[in-house]
Amino acid sequence: MAQIFKPSANSITQVGLLSVAIGVPTLWLGIAGLSRSPANTKVQVPKNQPVPFSHQHHTWELGIDCRYCHTSVEKSSYAGLPATETCMSCHSQIWTNSPLLEPIRQSYETGMPIQWNLVNKVPDFVHFNHSIHVDRGINCNTCHGAVNQMHITYKGNSFQMAWCLQCHRAPERYLYKDDSASGKGLTPRQQVFNVYWKLQEFGPANLNDQEKDLVRGDYNGAQPWEQDKIAAGKKLVSEYGVKVQQLADCSVCHY
Amino acid sequence: MSRFNSTEIAMALQAKTNHRRIQALGLVAVAISLAGCHTDMWRQPKTQPLDASEFYVDGQVSRPLVPGTIARDHLREDEPYFTGAANAKWVDTIPHTVDKEFLKRGQERFNIYCTPCHGRLGDGKGMIATRGYQLRRPVASYHNDRLRNMPVGYFYDVITNGYGAMYSYASRVEPEDRWAIVAYIRALQLSQHANPSDADGKALASAELTPSPTSALRDERVVTR
Repeated sequence: MAQIFKPSANSITQVGLLSVAIGVPTLWLGIAGLSRSPANTKVQVPKNQPVPFSHQHHTWELGIDCRYCHTSVEKSSYAGLPATETCMSCHSQIWTNSPLLEPIRQSYETGMPIQWNLVNKVPDFVHFNHSIHVDRGINCNTCHGAVNQMHITYKGNSFQMAWCLQCHRAPERYLYKDDSASGKGLTPRQQVFNVYWKLQEFGPANLNDQEKDLVRGDYNGAQPWEQDKIAAGKKLVSEYGVKVQQLADCSVCHY
Repeated sequence: MSRFNSTEIAMALQAKTNHRRIQALGLVAVAISLAGCHTDMWRQPKTQPLDASEFYVDGQVSRPLVPGTIARDHLREDEPYFTGAANAKWVDTIPHTVDKEFLKRGQERFNIYCTPCHGRLGDGKGMIATRGYQLRRPVASYHNDRLRNMPVGYFYDVITNGYGAMYSYASRVEPEDRWAIVAYIRALQLSQHANPSDADGKALASAELTPSPTSALRDERVVTR
């Protein structure tokens, strides 16, 4: 009977074992990395829209408040997209013959809404509510990134569950107070929008650490070594009545 | 004469069948695991606000009120409160308690919805007005005798129904907030038409409303940017 294993079997086994040892983790890490990369999450990938609306122009250059267009952000789970009427409040007078705004004018004449392409979405089994986040002083940019710098709107964060849980497990890392004169006496909700006004009036240099990070779009909350910020955040958690005990329960978002 | 005996052929055939079975099992396993990758919970067959609709002619799932119907809690019997007029005349008192809270609410709403055109001082020098509103008549300033003497109901009506080039803000500002804005407009009119003798130094020092930046400051910033 012929030998079952030829001498080359040794090498084949070694190479085989080695490639399994390297290949499996590589594949695993690769899939994990890919699912977290912009290729999958679309973070910082500008999305084409029927009208090239620039948040940078309207909020930073013109200083229009978020709520001028997103009227229901303080009282509803949905922030709300502006009706064509809202665009026309100014654009019936400004840029009236711009070809870029043709879809707006058409929509206003025909009553057919503009079909914007959704930038931020969560699965249907997740219930997200804007109003409670705003009411507890979570700034728009905390989740949406530096909207004030976006020419074409893109997603600021992945909105994957692990990302949500960073804050839901430790809200004290993300809450902060505006201690400057203009933040005096403001409710957490008012403080959220006050940042943009301060940026307009006094420039980025006059913002505090957290606010600077927010308007730059790299706000990651207080880090473990920033104990003073975490302590301040803990005070706010109790002051604002954030129910930490149940914040990371499944049923908070999945119901 | 064959080089294989019948036993060998049978074994070979058996091996082939086994191979097929394993392949079939593998395919079933792949099919089962792929069946786990479904997205019907991600995108459920339900509609959410602002969704598109293929059913309705206007392409929206959100429906306007059926004509002649009133949504719950939206019966607007109180005519002066919801129209700003009674017996075909503008009301001249605000039908709401005007206290500091109410004024602050009015200031906040004014700063959101009105300042782009009217400016933080109500002088008609808002960013949009200075950046390109090409009107035969410029954006109104509140600081003239005509508007200082106008009953409050008039301002409420303009917010509700629009005026001239100004669109209606009824869908964006709720009735209570409209009255709050009217109250704040009155406060602006007073503040911009005041003499130092109108307030003693004490009252000025304790004023807590956020100081409005002057138009001059703002205009300068536009130029330097």
